[in-house]
Amino acid sequence: MAITGLILIAFLVMHMFGNLKMFIGAEAYNHYAEWLKGALESGGILEPLLPHGWFIWIFRAFMLACLILHIYCAAKVWAASLRGRGSRYVSVTRREQTVSARLMRWGGIALALLLIFHILMFTTKTIRPGFEASDDPYSMFVGAFGNWWVLAAYIVFMLVVCLHVRHGFWSAFTTLGGNVSPQARTILNALAYFVAALIFVGFMLPPVAVFLNLGVN
Amino acid sequence: MRIKLRIWRQAGPDAPGAMQTYQLDNVSEKMSFLEMLDMLNEQLTAQDIEPVAFDHDCREGICGMCGVVIDGSAHGRYNSAVPTTTCQLHMRSFADGAVIDVEPWRAGAFPVIKDLVVDRKAFDRVIQAGGYISVNTGSAPDAHATPAPKRQSEKAFDNATCIGCGACVAACPNGSGMLFTSAKITHLAMLPQGQPERALRVKAMVAAHDAAGFGGCTNIGECASVCPKQIPLASIGQLNRDLIASLFKGDGK
Repeated sequence: MAITGLILIAFLVMHMFGNLKMFIGAEAYNHYAEWLKGALESGGILEPLLPHGWFIWIFRAFMLACLILHIYCAAKVWAASLRGRGSRYVSVTRREQTVSARLMRWGGIALALLLIFHILMFTTKTIRPGFEASDDPYSMFVGAFGNWWVLAAYIVFMLVVCLHVRHGFWSAFTTLGGNVSPQARTILNALAYFVAALIFVGFMLPPVAVFLNLGVN
Repeated sequence: MRIKLRIWRQAGPDAPGAMQTYQLDNVSEKMSFLEMLDMLNEQLTAQDIEPVAFDHDCREGICGMCGVVIDGSAHGRYNSAVPTTTCQLHMRSFADGAVIDVEPWRAGAFPVIKDLVVDRKAFDRVIQAGGYISVNTGSAPDAHATPAPKRQSEKAFDNATCIGCGACVAACPNGSGMLFTSAKITHLAMLPQGQPERALRVKAMVAAHDAAGFGGCTNIGECASVCPKQIPLASIGQLNRDLIASLFKGDGK
């Protein structure tokens, strides 16, 4: 669960980096998207090591496998918790539990649902608010985030993601044996806040810029 | 002091339980929480009501026998700066006229025996699985016969102070006994005498922990914050480190 979680966080950081290419301009952004899919005339990522267009499917299969393993482990831990905690307390006061730790499980479910919505919108293009299926990635981006409700839904999506990353980042390193002193605990927690904040800001900048018509050509 | 108590009453392991309210007058703020319960029980006995069953022994915070959840916090630590056992909690920590909720440890692995008394034999099963070192009995070796590095021996001692009260399990939203298990793992892993069985021990104790019905650790930190002996969350980190290392060793399965 820790390993798949960290892989998913690494993916998020790369995804965020890709989104920020929007600020360089439509051409750079579209070129990057086509390069990932191996849809360029000159080839794409990892060509000629892999045949044309293979990388994206191998990558998608790998991410899906990570996601399924992550959810499977979470379900096992959840089942053990339901058994382990026994009957509920009449009154409960928590001293340490953070909001992010508290929302790990329900937040994880919300995250999975929002992710499906995200893929239906920008990958399969089944839901098309403000853009056409034939649009290039940049026009799709600009079209979608011109709608206030898409932006609002995206803010919720990113808040859920970052809360999950906040506890997940610290928890993953602890599970892997990183927390062996009070100092390590402070550092890992601080890093978790930093990574969560970085991901939130990095993902929110492009849509907000589109919505407010700032720096978008 | 005049207080109102809401106490979990349960006649037996399979009987249904419920919170019962009792009014208690003339409580001295110098009383410990358990002395206050003694006072309540004397009054209940005089009224021909079954007294409240609760576990206790040394009453000086070193045996690990006592422990109830007070106002939703294990050992009633709540927001106090000082870690405590129930017996070392004094009535001066409560306001006059307070309504105090008293519940037993609640965890799948700790079934209620009666009222506030729970069965903590699950901890014994975890210790039996590996919380020891195998040595020949006989005359005790000289204390300095095997050198132990200062830093490690200090850490071993800090972890050996665990009294096995079960507050960590009671406070854990997952009902996990990882802090207890990791205190013993860290204690023995830091000392030269613990090395021969180190990999075997961590595998066996974690397996026994899971088999005893405890939940899994999700690194929330509630356990360490209510621990009367201040076993740190870092001990669970040490257990995780040892468990991962043990996967690359042939000992056990």
